[in-house]
Amino acid sequence: MSFINFTTREISCKIVYYGPGLSGKTTNLHWIYNHTESDRKGKLISLATETERTLFFDFLPLALGKIEGFGVRFHLYTVPGQVFYAASRKLILKGVDGIVFTADSQIERMEANMESMDDLRQNLEEHGYDIRNIPLTIQYNKRDLPNVAPLEEMNRHLNPMNGEWFEAVAFYGTGVYETLKDVAKKVLKDLRKAR
Amino acid sequence: MSSFSLVMHDAEFERIGSALTELCTSSRAFAVFLVDKNGQLIGTAGESARIDGTGLASLAAGTVAATGGMAGLIGEDEFSVLSHEGKRKSIHITIVDSRVILVIIFDDRSSLGLVRLRARQASGKLARVFRELDLKVEESANEDQMNEAFFSEITDEDIDRLFG
Repeated sequence: MSFINFTTREISCKIVYYGPGLSGKTTNLHWIYNHTESDRKGKLISLATETERTLFFDFLPLALGKIEGFGVRFHLYTVPGQVFYAASRKLILKGVDGIVFTADSQIERMEANMESMDDLRQNLEEHGYDIRNIPLTIQYNKRDLPNVAPLEEMNRHLNPMNGEWFEAVAFYGTGVYETLKDVAKKVLKDLRKAR
Repeated sequence: MSSFSLVMHDAEFERIGSALTELCTSSRAFAVFLVDKNGQLIGTAGESARIDGTGLASLAAGTVAATGGMAGLIGEDEFSVLSHEGKRKSIHITIVDSRVILVIIFDDRSSLGLVRLRARQASGKLARVFRELDLKVEESANEDQMNEAFFSEITDEDIDRLFG
């Protein structure tokens, strides 16, 4: 649910990075944080365990610039990917405007990716959203590893609607900005379409 | 998705702002924040500039969501009041009308009793503003047209330009 304030002339939208545990959602946010000018970002908040696994969420506010005199802000969230944090994932999806699904490209993680995509679909449904209508960008992360699944196979299992997808190596920033840009554009276009 | 947008215009924003300022003064609070349940910051009062309001808003919404989940486990709809006591500053959270979150930060210039009382009084006032906002959105065709005109003016080029 975006927030449009005609007094302060600001639009704020919520983007959630979803995906299985250790797929690189937090790494995406860290890269964005480390490569964004200081006047365009707020504090990166991480609610993580002592071993740096996401416990509840990471949060990064970004101010992208202005459209028609309105400041455009995106609030980026990650969910905890581990299976047993199901309740937290559902809470964080509340009021979402756009989703980045970060998949782990390693062959042995395909089942975890598919399980997470099913979990996303179900959680969206429970919030009254339809995965086919929400702005969604798929990111195939960790493409630099030797044991990655072919892109055709990843698309067949995770992208049956043939949506936008990007290859990424989030640790080095490859594909991170492209993914964010794509989902942010979709969110803004969706906002326009909804009027 | 975005048809669920919360849209705020000058009149409501001013009413909310004055309710928050009045609450901050009457409760002798350090700062007051109003946040929607999705973590968007709606308004502030007091010494709010000394606190990262955007971060606080996301964490307050997360706290309310998490305790709401716990409430569900024991058969409650929600816990409408939450209190966090610190050594120097404390935070009092009230859920207003099941939709927005009132966050009051106070120190030893005030007390939990006074903050609770004033928060309850302000909640009623804020709830009325949001109910009127709902009615306005439903009834005012002009306002919809105004929003529509603004958004229809956004072009693909405008969106592309944001990303350089």
